[in-house]
Amino acid sequence: MFSNLDLQKLIFGRLTLEAIPYHEPILIITFIGVVLGGVAVLGAITYFRFWGTLWRDWITSVDHKKIGIMYVILALVMLLRGFADALMMRAQQAMAFGANEGYLPPHHYDQIFTAHGVIMIFFFAMPLVTGLMNFVVPLQIGARDVAFPFLNNFSFWMTVSGAVTVMASLFVGEFARTGWLAYPPLSGPAASPGVGVDYYIWALQIAGIGTLLSGINLIATIVKMRAPGMTMMKMPVFTWTALCTNVLIVAAFPILTAVLALLSLDRYVGTHFFSNDLGGNPMMYVNLIWIWGHPEVYILILPAFGIFSEVVSTYSGKRLFGYASMVYATVVITILSYLVWLHHFFTMGSGASVNSFFGITTMIISIPTGAKIFNWLFTMYRGRIRFEVPMLWTVGFMVTFVVGGMTGVLLAVPPADFVLHNSLFLIAHFHNVIIGGVVFGLLAGITYWFPKAFGFKLDPVWGKMSFWFWLTGFWVAFMPLYILGLMGVTRRLQHFDDPSLQIWFVIAAFGAFLILLGILSFGIQLVVSVLRREELRDLTGDPWNGRTLEWSTSSPPPDYNFAFTPVIHDHDAWWDMKKRGYDRPLQGFRAIHMPRNTGTGFILGVLSIAFSFAMIWYVWWLAALAFLAMFVVTVGHTFNYDRDFHIPADDVVRAEGARTALISGRA
Amino acid sequence: MRLRQLRALALVPLLGLLAGCNMVVMQPSGDIAVRQRDLVIASTGLMLLIILPVIALTLFFAWRYRASNTQATYDPDWHHSTQLEVVIWAAPLVIIIALGALTWISTHTLDPYRPLSRLDASRPLPADVKPVTVEVVALDWKWLFFYPDQGIATVNELAAPVDVPINFKITSASIMNSFYIPALAGQIYAMAGMETKLHAVINKAGTYEGFSANYSGSGFSRMNFKFHGLDKDGFDQWVAKVKADGKTLTREAYLKLEKPSEQEPVQYFASSDQGLYSAILNMCAVPGKMCMSEMMHIDAMGGAGKESHHNRERLEYDNRHAVSGEEGDAATVPASGRPAKGDVQPQGMKPDAQDPAVKGRGEAPDAGHDHSGHQHGTPAPAQLNH
Repeated sequence: MFSNLDLQKLIFGRLTLEAIPYHEPILIITFIGVVLGGVAVLGAITYFRFWGTLWRDWITSVDHKKIGIMYVILALVMLLRGFADALMMRAQQAMAFGANEGYLPPHHYDQIFTAHGVIMIFFFAMPLVTGLMNFVVPLQIGARDVAFPFLNNFSFWMTVSGAVTVMASLFVGEFARTGWLAYPPLSGPAASPGVGVDYYIWALQIAGIGTLLSGINLIATIVKMRAPGMTMMKMPVFTWTALCTNVLIVAAFPILTAVLALLSLDRYVGTHFFSNDLGGNPMMYVNLIWIWGHPEVYILILPAFGIFSEVVSTYSGKRLFGYASMVYATVVITILSYLVWLHHFFTMGSGASVNSFFGITTMIISIPTGAKIFNWLFTMYRGRIRFEVPMLWTVGFMVTFVVGGMTGVLLAVPPADFVLHNSLFLIAHFHNVIIGGVVFGLLAGITYWFPKAFGFKLDPVWGKMSFWFWLTGFWVAFMPLYILGLMGVTRRLQHFDDPSLQIWFVIAAFGAFLILLGILSFGIQLVVSVLRREELRDLTGDPWNGRTLEWSTSSPPPDYNFAFTPVIHDHDAWWDMKKRGYDRPLQGFRAIHMPRNTGTGFILGVLSIAFSFAMIWYVWWLAALAFLAMFVVTVGHTFNYDRDFHIPADDVVRAEGARTALISGRA
Repeated sequence: MRLRQLRALALVPLLGLLAGCNMVVMQPSGDIAVRQRDLVIASTGLMLLIILPVIALTLFFAWRYRASNTQATYDPDWHHSTQLEVVIWAAPLVIIIALGALTWISTHTLDPYRPLSRLDASRPLPADVKPVTVEVVALDWKWLFFYPDQGIATVNELAAPVDVPINFKITSASIMNSFYIPALAGQIYAMAGMETKLHAVINKAGTYEGFSANYSGSGFSRMNFKFHGLDKDGFDQWVAKVKADGKTLTREAYLKLEKPSEQEPVQYFASSDQGLYSAILNMCAVPGKMCMSEMMHIDAMGGAGKESHHNRERLEYDNRHAVSGEEGDAATVPASGRPAKGDVQPQGMKPDAQDPAVKGRGEAPDAGHDHSGHQHGTPAPAQLNH
């Protein structure tokens, strides 16, 4: 009997059948849905004989464009999960008053708000930002791929592994009940003995490696691989914001890795970095995690600012107003974002001088941000604004974001923060800047660059529907939260006593429903656009009368992006080329040197899922085995000398000839 | 015109809704909160100076320079103007200089650690005033208040005389919480082994909401209490009532009280063991544990050398419930064997009123506290999650 028990522990660690939530109807239905959906997708792949293509052209691809597209797909899938969590929270808070407990007990509700935050930040916003940077940056600087193509593929699969780990917690065990930053001592071994926090730690650690490596990759790409003539001050603004974001990633993510490593030492080997006792100090965790956490929000918003800059100047048919001040504003924000983290915990009892220092540095960030808003404003001035969908997102952003910025500066005044901290006012503020800034920007970016990626535009009617639902949905969902915050309602509550609050939560839930319609419209837009793709086809490669280099090549671009590396003379290189009467070269093509695909990144990703799962459930033999396998695969990959190949000149001639035919066929 | 009137009419119920709600942060009853409210309004007003024109200009430019309006000037190469650049950097700068000055001054004058200098805008602090001291302990998931000068202690009920400064000393027995009474003053964190401070005064008699504003686990949503602002006599009567009704908060009673429990009823204690608050703050309320102050003294004297490893066990604190055979708060599988996300109530949570069989391993929280003699709280509402 005893030996049996030990054997079970040895093989399965702390994993038992109890960990499968088969008694929970919500999860069982979700699980059945996931299984049916999964079977349908796998069946379709088999039916259309897509497995070979999937492996050769996508999973093992080192092409920055395909990796970028896969990042965006991952983000959109995770958006569905994160948004489902949001709807469940809104529903719970709209009904749990007085004697009504709602339908989610605290230990379930608490997992949902934690998962919502973690998924939206790490597995929706981050992959979407990284995906767009991956796709666009090499094209904008006239490069054929990123600096380290294999590393790019590896980064992507590590991000996927993190996402899979988070999703696994839905069906095996549980997720953290700590809030999205997992403050100790609540997240410590004494208060959270289950697997939830371990899921949290390992999902973020693995995805964090992917993010960090992709940051290094894009910095190297931007610094070293720009086309001749493109000095730093001639780079497109989106590339500038991508550079700054990746500098922030490289400087900030190691802090997250370190602080989570310390937390896992507390949980796994009994150290006392963040415990109450034996010299530990939870305040240190709060401090460290926000030194990462504050730059993180700028990691998300800066690329969105870059997208708005591209969009506003393209659709205004006008050069961006104040390019230099835009660049300096971006750099200043990058630096200042490291000097403000303490504003997340003014209420921890630092002295008045410390609090006012961090409050004032926070306010200073609003100066370059304000300058950016003015620059977009004066780009519109004396323009010819075409209200295509990306431009609608931009105007919606400018009106929405300034309100979020204002409440943000308000929260930076420490005594005002004392009454608003952790309240629903705070929740409304950061959703105001993240939805109104980051999400609007990323959706604008998807619509803007979609024709470049797939060769046809997105259907504008459904795009406009999506925009208006998102915009009104946002205002209806979050204005009540500002009001509730002023009524002294704090965040993360599973139940309320005061019935007079209920109407506001009902309004907010209705707003969330409008956002749901916005997301559905976006989905319909994708389907309708695929069906109508021949009408929406872009043959020129330049559907918007664009200004930057990505519009100079075909849509979708060939594997090698540019047959000849362009030479840059001015800002808005493609606009400049068009103005000077650029002639596409029709001959003299040569073989092009390209990186070769590899499955190593995918294999490492799968192994890291096994490793994290084993660590979470204390299956030590599997953890050791998976780690060893990762080591062997990594070392083995260094002996792989078959890393590159040449696209023969004939193939280039054929591809460019086909494009010439397309362009002239249209003319 | 008619449409516009109709639209205006549509706004009326919304305004009614706003007027109907109790914006306690905007209409507080204590001087500190009033000054914080004034600061919120002043900063918002300052920022609106720049936000409103920006919104108006955005919409105006978007409309004016729409592609279909060929009357508007189109100047595709205009992209720089030094004067305009100066203005767009200087305008926010001026606002931020003003706001920064306001921030520096207000952060210092409204520092929660700073003793009060006035009762409200029109009354300075009387020279002979004696502040009320309250020692606050955040427990899982209820609030314990000591009144050292009166000798009493309460759970989940706080009272203070009107127009008398209150000095709060705040700590926690385990998880980080945030002590917040919106009508009285801004919040401050409660952390184990540490003491934060808050100085405030209530200017209007009444009953106000108090709660934890920092998520601390399953019982967090119901970790609230009533704060009574009473006149001088009212407060004396309240103290007398606590003394008459209450028992003694002994160390044993405290150790029972500090175990995780949810929706704890109000409890009164006529007296408490000497130095109990200090023991909680120093994480040595459990018999046999070394107080942090003692450890710090040893460290200050240069440490105890090799012998100090004996002290290790005496300094362990976070695992005190686990050691006595109780798992972590609301723990589910694999820590407890209870299924994850299930209907089974984890430990420390209130029992299911409708189905007593569905209950955690821990005892029903109410059952352990009959010694308090009376219950002020309403009975737990039915749990409808199955």
